[in-house]
Amino acid sequence: MRQSNLELPTPAPPSARDAAESEDRVDRLVVIRPARRWPHLDVSELWHFRELLARLVWRDVSVRYKQTFLGVAWAVLVPVFTAAVYVVIFGKFAQFPAGEKNTAYPSLVLAGVLPMQYFASALTGSSMSLASNLQLVTKVYFPRTLLPLGSVIVPLVDFLVGLPVLIALMWYYETWPNGPKVLLAPLFILLAMVTVLGLGFFLSAVNVRYRDVRYMIPVFLQVLPLLSGVMYAVEAIPTKWQWVLAFNPLTAVIAGWRWAVLDAATPNLGQTAIGVAVALVLFVAGLAVFRSSEPRFADTI
Amino acid sequence: MAIAIEAYELSKKYRLGEMQAAYGTLRESLSHAARRVARQEHRVTAKEEIWALRDVSFEVPEGQVLGVIGRNGAGKSTLLKVLTRITTPTSGRVEIRGRVGSLLEVGTGFHPELTGRENIYLNGTILGMKRKEIERRFDAIVDFSGIERFIDTPVKRYSSGMYVRLAFSVAAHLEPEIMLVDEVLAVGDAEFQRRCLGRMEEFGSEGRTVLFVSHMLSSIGQLCDRALQINGGMIVQDGPPGEVIANYLHQTHSAGVEQSWDSVDEAPGNDLVRIVAVRVLPHEGMPLGIVDVRRPIGIEIVFRVLREGQPVFPKIKVLDRESTIAFNAMDTDERWLEPTPPGEYAATAWIPGNLLNEGAVSAEVAICSLDFPKLEHHASVYEAVSFEVLDSGEGDTARGTFGGQWRGVVRPLLEWTRERV
Repeated sequence: MRQSNLELPTPAPPSARDAAESEDRVDRLVVIRPARRWPHLDVSELWHFRELLARLVWRDVSVRYKQTFLGVAWAVLVPVFTAAVYVVIFGKFAQFPAGEKNTAYPSLVLAGVLPMQYFASALTGSSMSLASNLQLVTKVYFPRTLLPLGSVIVPLVDFLVGLPVLIALMWYYETWPNGPKVLLAPLFILLAMVTVLGLGFFLSAVNVRYRDVRYMIPVFLQVLPLLSGVMYAVEAIPTKWQWVLAFNPLTAVIAGWRWAVLDAATPNLGQTAIGVAVALVLFVAGLAVFRSSEPRFADTI
Repeated sequence: MAIAIEAYELSKKYRLGEMQAAYGTLRESLSHAARRVARQEHRVTAKEEIWALRDVSFEVPEGQVLGVIGRNGAGKSTLLKVLTRITTPTSGRVEIRGRVGSLLEVGTGFHPELTGRENIYLNGTILGMKRKEIERRFDAIVDFSGIERFIDTPVKRYSSGMYVRLAFSVAAHLEPEIMLVDEVLAVGDAEFQRRCLGRMEEFGSEGRTVLFVSHMLSSIGQLCDRALQINGGMIVQDGPPGEVIANYLHQTHSAGVEQSWDSVDEAPGNDLVRIVAVRVLPHEGMPLGIVDVRRPIGIEIVFRVLREGQPVFPKIKVLDRESTIAFNAMDTDERWLEPTPPGEYAATAWIPGNLLNEGAVSAEVAICSLDFPKLEHHASVYEAVSFEVLDSGEGDTARGTFGGQWRGVVRPLLEWTRERV
């Protein structure tokens, strides 16, 4: 059967290789069981698959930049354009208040637009993540949570690329961060990630069965900036309404982020706590839905 | 010897209703739910259930090459999906000891926008290789694929042949201790199939454990130490590949490779002649019942002439899978012209090589005499024997290296001429 012209690779014997790659001793024994009833995030397994996660993120980032003519420039153009429209319409014509500390309106708006833009891309990406990776889901095993997780990491790249524009505005309007609280800024982005990951878990699992999801998201994303304080400072609206908006974790994200990087008004602690609590509930609930429908992904897709 | 794979009472149930709802819309589900509430119905219809696997238990010792065969829908693909963890079992458990690599297709996750180099890393990672492993084998993978010049070209510009070569090259450099392989690997041209099988053979000879799902019986016969047959989600046979395949062919073709009658009185025939045995002569190096399309196929008929009466001679009728008659043939040699003396005779019909098409073939045999204008059948056995004709894909048959479907009852290797006009 074997032909002499087929030069097949001759790998080292298994024992020699084992010594070199002894890292994964733990998973040498794989036990396959019916799906567990209680949803959980298997962190050690996710850690084991970290290279795949990194590779999938890298794939999505590089494909997107390769497929678009302007490539990485979009990460700057989209938030700048959005912020410019907001500044003209809401800042100039409608004279929206810039908050307690009277932060320069353009800085205020761009500082809101960047996390919002992140959230919007992450939500769209993560809710489509299972459906757009069908080929992988039906052909190879890896923790499925990796797909929504990867797609909330991908838009972080755009976010980072957009940051210099904010820094330029900070320089122009002299709205520099004040003191070490700027170090807390990443925590608010983390809050946005937790929120969008929870929603992403839920929506990607639902999207496997009901393709309605892809029509719902744009509508939701159109309303969301209005309800998150992107084009106004949340402390400038009536207190009663502030507490209503507090149930939207993005309100806490944007207020906190502005406070940390622009030295804007200190967010209300109670309102922030509500935002964090809602984000955690969304995360746990989303994960529960995802994990409980996970066994059916490969069967129903 | 240590056990590499241990499956214990593995079952997998599919609900048909669930599968139908897969592409439904939210509205359908909501209206369905609303109706259910309104009419206080618990379940509109009991969802139909299918057990794709039912209490499957087996062990695979380390270093064994195990083949799994079965008809379409028998459950062999489900078994592989459970073992590769693409889907979860409904009940039961499996323990797998060792680094597992699974190959359900080549080029999983290849992205057309990415270059060959980038896809090697992507695909390698998806198949479970670490970055360092890929780096170490990168040059070997590229060499093996033979596409060095295009390694930095996006794969969307590759020809399909280049694409498959690169994809296979990555897969060929996987070095797991346990390999789970699907038959879909065997699509593509004959050259590619040969490479796949060659690689699998190597896996086996290196002492790795291989579980190979296929309905290519010849490769199971050649590569495996042991074979399982699955039918209706259950293991119905477990043993040496030759035996399992022979029994499997017997079930699928309703006739085996051999039939014989111990008592002459019960053997088919009349008071003149009775057929006592019919068999397909084995091809050396092939499992019983599988014959190489290139080699002549011998069908032996053993019959006993009970009294001297008239000239009798053997005849065969060859039919394909759909029971279409391929041909009839009888021995017209003058040795049968005289009345045949009583005694036992063995006549072998030799069907030339490169005549029948691939697939299941059955033969009907008879002992006849010519009673002009009638052909009288003194003894006949309908569906006496059956066998499987195989093309090993080495390119020297009528299909060349083409790997796709090849129609026709017969498939002669013609002589072609070419002139310049």
